Amino acid sequence: MNTQDTPLPLLSVRNLSIDFHLRSHVLHAVRDVSFDLHPGRTLCLVGESGSGKSVTARALLRLIDPQARVSGGTITLNSAEGPLHLDRMAANSREIRAVRGGRIGLIFQEPMSSLSPVRTIGAQIVEALLLHRKMTKAEAKAETVNLLKQVEIAQPEKMADRYTFEFSGGMRQRAMIAMALACDPDILIADEPTTALDVTTQAEIMDLIGRLQASRGMAMLMITHDLGLVAEVADDVAVMRWGKIIEQGPVDAIFHAAQHPYTKRLLAATLQLDSAPKRVPPATDSKPLLSVHGLSKYFGGHDWRGRPTYSIKAVDDVSLDLWPGENLGIVGESGSGKTTVGRMLLRIMEPTSGRILWRGAPTEQDVLQMRPPELGQFRSAVRLVFQDPFASLNPRMTVKQVIADPLVVSGALTGAALEERVGTLLEMVGLDRSAMERYPHAFSGGQRQRISIARALALDPRIIIADEATSALDVSIRAQVMDLLLDLQKRLDLSFIFIAHDISVVRYFCDRVAVMHQGRIVETGAAEQICTAPEHPYTQSLISAVPNPDPRDRRMLHRTKFIA
Amino acid sequence: MSDTHPTPTFMILPSDGEETGPAVSPLRPGQNPDAIAISGQWTLIRRRFFSNKVAVFAGIVVLLFYAIGLFAEFLAPTSPTLAQPTFTYAPPQDISLFVTGEDGTRHWEPHVKGYAMTVDPASLRRSFAIDDANVIPIGLFVEGVPYKLWGLFEMNTHLLGPLDPTQPMNLLGTDSLGRDLLSRLIFGTRISMSIGLIGVISSLIIGVTLGALSGYFGGWTDIAIQRLIEVISAMPTIPLWLGLAAAVPIAWSPLQVYFMVTLIVSLLAWTGLAREVRGRFLALRSEDFVTAAILDGSGQMRVIFRHILPSLTSHILAVVTLAIPTMIVAETALSFLGIGLKSPVISWGVLLQDAQNIRTIATAPWLLIWPSGAVVLTVLAFNFLGDGMRDAADPYAT
Repeated sequence: MNTQDTPLPLLSVRNLSIDFHLRSHVLHAVRDVSFDLHPGRTLCLVGESGSGKSVTARALLRLIDPQARVSGGTITLNSAEGPLHLDRMAANSREIRAVRGGRIGLIFQEPMSSLSPVRTIGAQIVEALLLHRKMTKAEAKAETVNLLKQVEIAQPEKMADRYTFEFSGGMRQRAMIAMALACDPDILIADEPTTALDVTTQAEIMDLIGRLQASRGMAMLMITHDLGLVAEVADDVAVMRWGKIIEQGPVDAIFHAAQHPYTKRLLAATLQLDSAPKRVPPATDSKPLLSVHGLSKYFGGHDWRGRPTYSIKAVDDVSLDLWPGENLGIVGESGSGKTTVGRMLLRIMEPTSGRILWRGAPTEQDVLQMRPPELGQFRSAVRLVFQDPFASLNPRMTVKQVIADPLVVSGALTGAALEERVGTLLEMVGLDRSAMERYPHAFSGGQRQRISIARALALDPRIIIADEATSALDVSIRAQVMDLLLDLQKRLDLSFIFIAHDISVVRYFCDRVAVMHQGRIVETGAAEQICTAPEHPYTQSLISAVPNPDPRDRRMLHRTKFIA
Repeated sequence: MSDTHPTPTFMILPSDGEETGPAVSPLRPGQNPDAIAISGQWTLIRRRFFSNKVAVFAGIVVLLFYAIGLFAEFLAPTSPTLAQPTFTYAPPQDISLFVTGEDGTRHWEPHVKGYAMTVDPASLRRSFAIDDANVIPIGLFVEGVPYKLWGLFEMNTHLLGPLDPTQPMNLLGTDSLGRDLLSRLIFGTRISMSIGLIGVISSLIIGVTLGALSGYFGGWTDIAIQRLIEVISAMPTIPLWLGLAAAVPIAWSPLQVYFMVTLIVSLLAWTGLAREVRGRFLALRSEDFVTAAILDGSGQMRVIFRHILPSLTSHILAVVTLAIPTMIVAETALSFLGIGLKSPVISWGVLLQDAQNIRTIATAPWLLIWPSGAVVLTVLAFNFLGDGMRDAADPYAT
């Protein structure tokens, strides 16, 4: 197991097993996991959701849910005073609390919920310092400012007195890092530290963590599902699946000489997305199926007399065309207005101004002028697939009821014909007919997204708007769902508007791409051109911040920066 | 991508000889971990509810109380209105199971002891002592005062009573007119428990309708309804009840007064439920599956009744369960103050009216202890039941 010849690892985990005693069954979330952490090196635990990687990391600090039990194994922390057996400490003992924060720092995925909303950032770091290091309050305050400076927060004296909600996502994660580093830990555990962040922010944060690790000689355990990120930062990699480490080794060996079929599949799925597509773009000489002109949405407030007090341009003068059979991607980071555009296309949200021309009906129509019956027809021809496969299916309906709902409303089919149609739709999206009687909670994320797609297909649509439809899915499932969509497109003559933050997904799926930044489209072009030769500086910075899944070509750290 | 809440997988996609899902073993041998895949919302709720032992016990207590109310005539040893002028403020009698005969042998014969009465010549006050020599045999399913069960069936069988109907048996004592407290308490259960139900049903209708309108449509509808709720909640309830109860025509029968009181209580009690429903509607209105239903072409009524309300029913049920004890307490308070139910209607509140002065409490403490005990037990049982139901109400929460 030990890939290093160093005599004594900083932390060593042997045969760790954790069981979850759930309401209906016992889940063996972690099985026989062994690994070592060495000073100055980064071990990445990679796995898809449910693989047990987060539980493993939390178990090191004995921070596991009450229904989870460590059923075996040892966790040994080696220090100058001799080995500490973390597995033998009680979950809330004085000893383990000295280790938490003191010897091992932890960075969580969601910086908003891991920081207290009611206390200033500075006060939270001061607390950590007072708990673990013998300092006076004044010293702790000075140290806090110093730490915030180290994590590159501008004006640290001022920012220490701000509250969590006054920080952006990236700044919150920097503050979390400052807190984790407050007591000079030997080991840093980072649990999906950048998953909630935009790709450019992710590059900055990983850059920062890397430099801090090098200067302090910390061992790092990073948990992630993103193989690209692993290739960029890891020294060693352990691949987890269903609670087991199935393959472990130096990063180069894992990426270039993987042994286990699952690792190979995972890599293939990642690389597949990164490769150039073999799609033939559709002809664009005819008139577009859907044209958007000058679409804008301003959010604003007004005083009691109705005079505007402020306005935010969420979407500002966006124009797009979608030709029949085409896949159009809309890419942007959070807050760029891409989701708002998607919602306005279906008039879930009313635009402030602009025109949306629909040529799917016999005559050209402006969607924004449509009355309810026409709008209903338009909405049955243009369907939406949502981002969150857990929120978009009514948990109280069976799969059959969910998929059949649009058909029942339109009164198109009843009885046996309806059941037959639902069965056909399920098979079309790669699910078994027997899934019909089950409830959504019986399905995994990828399967639920297939059900969503089946519902979208029920009314024989012309266009499907996929709003981050694959971003909640694991990488292998993501590739499967996209291949499914591409296959359906061939069979059913569909056009897609694919809204995403992930460039690689868009590159794989789309013919043309529009890049959005702060409500405006900064660049539109063929997908391959945008990804390989972007013209706008913002697009360039976006593309260069995307992690490259090849440890021999680490390019995220040499990215182009864009200052708006 | 939470690792701590794994989804049960339903593998259909092809696999290639490797493991196809997370390692799972049943809690008990022979149990099928996949069973929840096809269970709907109510199965999941039921399963979660029944794992909460306190709530289940409270539920049994509540059901027991309703059963007592339903079969009051049969369960009561005698008629609640039958006055025994010779036994005013008679103390409770204990049940003994064995009789010691003249020859010193003990034999099985359930009985209560009769009273020995003495009259103080100066104050003419009666006082009772248990007379050990006077054995009154009792039994199950005895014939006693005739009654009509639910006003339909002529019967005279009582669950428990003296074998000789003319002998006294007052297990919980008697009141100022010598009426049997146990029988009155059992009949009081019927009125007190049902006033909660009827009151809650009418406030349920008002509350759910106004709450749903307020939450779904928002805007001016919402503002108007919310202000109305605030005005109603701001009213001091006791003076209002006093005023409304005083307005009830004096010629009305006790039953009409009873319905009027229920209505008055429920007209003020719907606000909490309306707020709860509104809050849930606001939260659910922006859920993706509701948006999906709108895009699927569902009209407003279909979205409200087919998609949103089913997600709420379990919550509403829990709120209702927690509202019933409020109603019971309100009725008790009103009747105690003399503005709610009045004799000859029997409710726990009416029974407590008898315990309003210190003399009564000093000489006949059972008149206070048993009716208030019944109120406390019911309210506690409803609260535990409601808490359990609220916890079980959303089986998809985690």
